[in-house]
Amino acid sequence: MTSEAKPDQMAYYDREKLGQVDLRPGGADWMDVPVNMRPGSFIYPAKEKHLQYFGLPNPRQWFPTDPDWKLPANWKEIIIEGMRERLSKYRSFQVFMDICVRCGACADKCHFFIGGGDPRNMPVLRAELLRSIYRREFTQAGKILGRLAGGRELTVDVIKEWFYYFYQCTECRRCSVFCPYGIDTAEITMMGRELLHLLGVNVNWIMEPVANCFRTGNHLGIQPHGLRDTLDFFADDIEEATGVRVEAPLNRKGAEVLFVTPSGDFLADPGTYTCMGYMCLFHEIGLDYTFSTYASDGGNFGLFTSHEAMKRLNAKIYAEARRLGVKWILGGECGHMWRVLNQYMDTMNGPADFLQVPTSPLTGTRFEHARSTKMIHITEFTADLIKHGKLNLDPSQNDHVRVTFHDSCNPARAMGIFEEPRYILRSVCNHFHEMPENTIREKTFCCGGGAGLGTDENMEMRLRGGMPRASAVRHVHEKHGVNHLAAMCAIDRATLSTVCEYWVPEVRVTGIHELVTNALVMKGQKKREVNLRLEPIGAQAEE
Amino acid sequence: MPEFKVGDRVLDIDEDGFIQKPEVWDEEVAKALSKTEGVEQMSENHWKLVNYLRQYYLEYGVAPMIRKLCKATGFKLNEIYELFPSGPAKGACKVAGLPKPTGCV
Repeated sequence: MTSEAKPDQMAYYDREKLGQVDLRPGGADWMDVPVNMRPGSFIYPAKEKHLQYFGLPNPRQWFPTDPDWKLPANWKEIIIEGMRERLSKYRSFQVFMDICVRCGACADKCHFFIGGGDPRNMPVLRAELLRSIYRREFTQAGKILGRLAGGRELTVDVIKEWFYYFYQCTECRRCSVFCPYGIDTAEITMMGRELLHLLGVNVNWIMEPVANCFRTGNHLGIQPHGLRDTLDFFADDIEEATGVRVEAPLNRKGAEVLFVTPSGDFLADPGTYTCMGYMCLFHEIGLDYTFSTYASDGGNFGLFTSHEAMKRLNAKIYAEARRLGVKWILGGECGHMWRVLNQYMDTMNGPADFLQVPTSPLTGTRFEHARSTKMIHITEFTADLIKHGKLNLDPSQNDHVRVTFHDSCNPARAMGIFEEPRYILRSVCNHFHEMPENTIREKTFCCGGGAGLGTDENMEMRLRGGMPRASAVRHVHEKHGVNHLAAMCAIDRATLSTVCEYWVPEVRVTGIHELVTNALVMKGQKKREVNLRLEPIGAQAEE
Repeated sequence: MPEFKVGDRVLDIDEDGFIQKPEVWDEEVAKALSKTEGVEQMSENHWKLVNYLRQYYLEYGVAPMIRKLCKATGFKLNEIYELFPSGPAKGACKVAGLPKPTGCV
């Protein structure tokens, strides 16, 4: 720890100390232990202007450590009615409130519990924060027996506790994989957050992107001329690396394919290199496609807010596909975007019967599984190209890369995309090594910064939550000399960069299509001596 | 909301010390903000970065990519950290009066 470092900086936390986690719960009943709102582990509240812009209630100035959170006078009634409405509207919520037998199978599966040891980060107990109110207010046993039946009274302290712990859950659903009843703890967190929104209790790291996205089409607030400038900048760098000038079509009516990717790829390294990777690939295969300035983000922080917010932000994708007259939609390397696209978009803003079943113009493959959403994942598209021998690949250009693959929570657990990214990585890299079996595929460990937790002021929780993933990365680094971690999610690329820098500084983060393009032999290219980062490539870059 | 004094003006700032109204920014504000970032004296190089950020922000409404900042000003990333110890986003952008970037970044 350095004396000047602050809780929002990595340097504030001593690595050895942070790595020693006591998993034994304290002696007291959890209901009697007040929440300890400490800097480094909570997120700043939403600014008034963003709530106003999106039309959410109770915009005001407040702070988590303030005694008075300036809740509406009838806050209790709002919460109870909000719960009642959601219990009747979402059958899953009702079931998840009722069926938990507290077997504890989920208890040690959460990355925040493993890395932090706070008992209320056991998924069962995190759910119990809400379930205890459900029991007290909505079950006969709880109404009569109260605490004996696991019920407790709804107080302001409960609201504070919800805020703290529902923003210490990344909605990654690893715990759900182990639940014998299939309880989806992410949905419980989502309900908890929806209820908090009714009181104006929310975080800026989510609400500012939501407001931006509603205004400009993307979380970052990039306007059309800014996106044009960004893509042209990428094209310049691509030309410097490859000698090939690629186009980045924008808002082009009549294109066959609308391409939608997370806006993080337009701003933050290393995601920007992944975006350059897409552009090279599309150029090389002559794909008739377009980016859009309106549908300029596949990511959807509405998912971390409420079903209503998610729907409002998602609507632009089909609307833009219709306006541009494309045939189908291709989506980039994003995480949570895919839970929305794969599981909600079709029924929320569809049916998209004006589109066609995605069909690769190069291989003729019809992606039947997407016949309803009309949208496929870029790793499905690229894996199909490779399988049919449509790409001229030279994996030796990635010989300095010893890569492992981090399954991003949503593409893995919400979609089951396990094989395509691995198939691609094995095709474009000669050195691919898996992390241990219980940390990959559907059992993958979260980056610790998903679901809107990727900001700096909760740095302690991010580092703790990222520790299980980082431990697996360290394992393959020590065993196989792995020096790159590939991830197909913009939040991963941003937050795992921090997590790796802290826990495994020898490993850096990359996207899949960055590696694809670094191995891609492009028509008319100059002798490739540097990669998309303009660094020396292949064997000559070996240390 | 915390406040920040510049001469006889009082500006709203957020938890991280970013000014809330980028339009009130001027050189005096930049000099005052630079002190909070551990920059005692704004050199020519500091101004080069800040002025580029400011100009980009006025044109595009957001902060530029870090790579774009590096390419346009000729500074390497580590040189930016030498000038602004909190880095381009939290240090240089703050002094230039830009909002903090949010999202998958």
